[in-house]
Amino acid sequence: MTSPRTLLDKVWDAHAVRELDNGQTQLFIGTHLIHEVTSPQAFGMLRDLGLEVRMPERTFATVDHIVPTDQREEPFADALADEMIKALHANCARHGITYFDLPSGLQGIVHMVGPEQGITQPGTTIACGDSHTSTHGAFGAVAFGIGTSQVRDVLATQTLAMTKPKVRRIEVNGRLGPGVYAKDVILHIIRTLGVNGGIGYAYEYAGDVLARMSMEERMTVCNMSIEGGARCGYVNPDATTVDYLEGRPYAPKGAAWHEATERWLACASDAGCTYDDVVVIDADDIAPTVTWGINPGQAIAIHETIPHPDRVPPGERASVVEALTHMKLEGGAPIRGTKIDVAFLGSCTNARLSDFIEVARVIAGHRVAPGVKAIAVPGSTLVKEECERRGIDAVLVAAGFEWRAAGCSMCLAMNPDKLVGDQLCASSSNRNFKGRQGSATGRTVLMSPAMVAAAAVTGTIADAREVFGTREGVTA
Amino acid sequence: MSTPIEPIRTVHGRGVVVRGDDIDTDRIIPARYLRCVTFDDLGDALFWDVRHDDDGRPTGHPLDDERFAGASVLISGRNFGCGSSREHAPQSIRRAGFDAVIAQSFGEIFFGNSTTLGLVCIELGPDDLEEIARAVEREPAVAIEIDVEAELVRVGDRSLRGSIAASARRALTSGRYDPLAELLEGDAAIAGVAERLPYVGQR
Repeated sequence: MTSPRTLLDKVWDAHAVRELDNGQTQLFIGTHLIHEVTSPQAFGMLRDLGLEVRMPERTFATVDHIVPTDQREEPFADALADEMIKALHANCARHGITYFDLPSGLQGIVHMVGPEQGITQPGTTIACGDSHTSTHGAFGAVAFGIGTSQVRDVLATQTLAMTKPKVRRIEVNGRLGPGVYAKDVILHIIRTLGVNGGIGYAYEYAGDVLARMSMEERMTVCNMSIEGGARCGYVNPDATTVDYLEGRPYAPKGAAWHEATERWLACASDAGCTYDDVVVIDADDIAPTVTWGINPGQAIAIHETIPHPDRVPPGERASVVEALTHMKLEGGAPIRGTKIDVAFLGSCTNARLSDFIEVARVIAGHRVAPGVKAIAVPGSTLVKEECERRGIDAVLVAAGFEWRAAGCSMCLAMNPDKLVGDQLCASSSNRNFKGRQGSATGRTVLMSPAMVAAAAVTGTIADAREVFGTREGVTA
Repeated sequence: MSTPIEPIRTVHGRGVVVRGDDIDTDRIIPARYLRCVTFDDLGDALFWDVRHDDDGRPTGHPLDDERFAGASVLISGRNFGCGSSREHAPQSIRRAGFDAVIAQSFGEIFFGNSTTLGLVCIELGPDDLEEIARAVEREPAVAIEIDVEAELVRVGDRSLRGSIAASARRALTSGRYDPLAELLEGDAAIAGVAERLPYVGQR
């Protein structure tokens, strides 16, 4: 009888190859995901070292960061983007790596494609040269972002040198109010624990609220783990996880399916296991949440006022002043009513089918306010097609949104979708860093998709519950 | 394996202070500079958007202050390098001539990426950090020495106790901070784990 173990313990032990000289673990990476921005240099390093890809069947590629969301035919107008995408194509072809490219109809943000294809599975290790790889933790995978030299390491050895994290269990108990979404849960967690509170930890999200969440909602929560400093965040697999994966292209079939589901459910943390830390959050304390500053922890409930530099602890004053200066906001003022210029629905945080269903539900019959540029960018080509099959695109276009093709788009503005000057963007994405959306003076306010819709139709930061009423939505 | 690497036991140099907490990797290197297939030309892009105004004119950033020209130790605040996993961030710091970063704490992915490149990241408590920042701002030529093994930062006649994760310290001082060679040595054990995992090779 072994003592109770966390999911992290079980997955770590199953994938530990050996201990390295410096005390780190050589960890086997079951699934490696790559995209056009952080992989070409890694393939270049392999070439320089004369190394081959050790297990090409365990790496999957797609194109997301730099791909235009309007022009979809190659060559792309941006010569550098064209070169990067061609490099990915050539590297995949040369090494025999499965590539979900544009013509496949399966392209999308890498953290959407893995789950959609059933490549993301419980009890596995997943690495990708992107910090939002934590998204895959929604399935009970140990998934984390890596640098490009580490992409090289995985390509060459299918392993990484890693330090085992501590585990903090974050229980969210109770029931979310109407108009409070998974995005609000994670913004509230980051606000509570800080943007550096998770350094050295994996976050285990649990409690009634997580148990009731759909897989798409769990992905939204796990996605932003890194914004709280935690490189990896996960939810223990359950029946919701299994139901999501059944029938997906890469999910096991037949007898292997039953064997896999038993294995998946068994990798959940055991009752009575010990955590390095436990935090309990009451769902009643979570309101629709928006950021006011330049990191995702600088967030308030929609009805709160923006922090005043004179009323925060001395150690935080400089950061608050810097944030307010960049955001051109006034300490002590309400955030509600702040004028916006752009509304962005998209990113690996919130561009899944359920996000667009909810936005279409609330926005039907409303119009985007004059002078607001509103764009909707589905996270994957499959989500785009399903939205179009259901007429969701027509609802959004009728409301005044531009309907685009799949990619990261204005989340990080590596493609032509960018803020201009000091435009303020109501954004369903994950980062409000200075310059994040493509203009050094651009301003980002993070929020849920329904709140982006409310901001779009009022032209101001608004409470979606007031703009659209508080009918029960798809929220957990 | 090529790329033989030397142990990094100490770093000597002059400092430059980039003040602020939670300086993220988007600020260190804006995403538009990620549009490249090699890391070769990233040094100039370091902190570009805070070093230049909308018209491309210098904003008087410490990195452009000639008093700090030639600095090889970057001094900043809490949670330096948070955010994106882009290795472009430590690559640009390295290529701009830096050998070490001193901060109150580091984003985890940034820390790992930096160590792999031999960029020493050492944490100091807030009071000590402020002391060294003021010393450098007062006297830009002041000599800084980082003793990796002893986890000490010496500035002038002061010796400040810092902290470097044990694994990074051992990797730097043994010269094996780029782990690839050691990972490749585990080949047989890798095959064993792959064999044992039910989902690997399954379709």
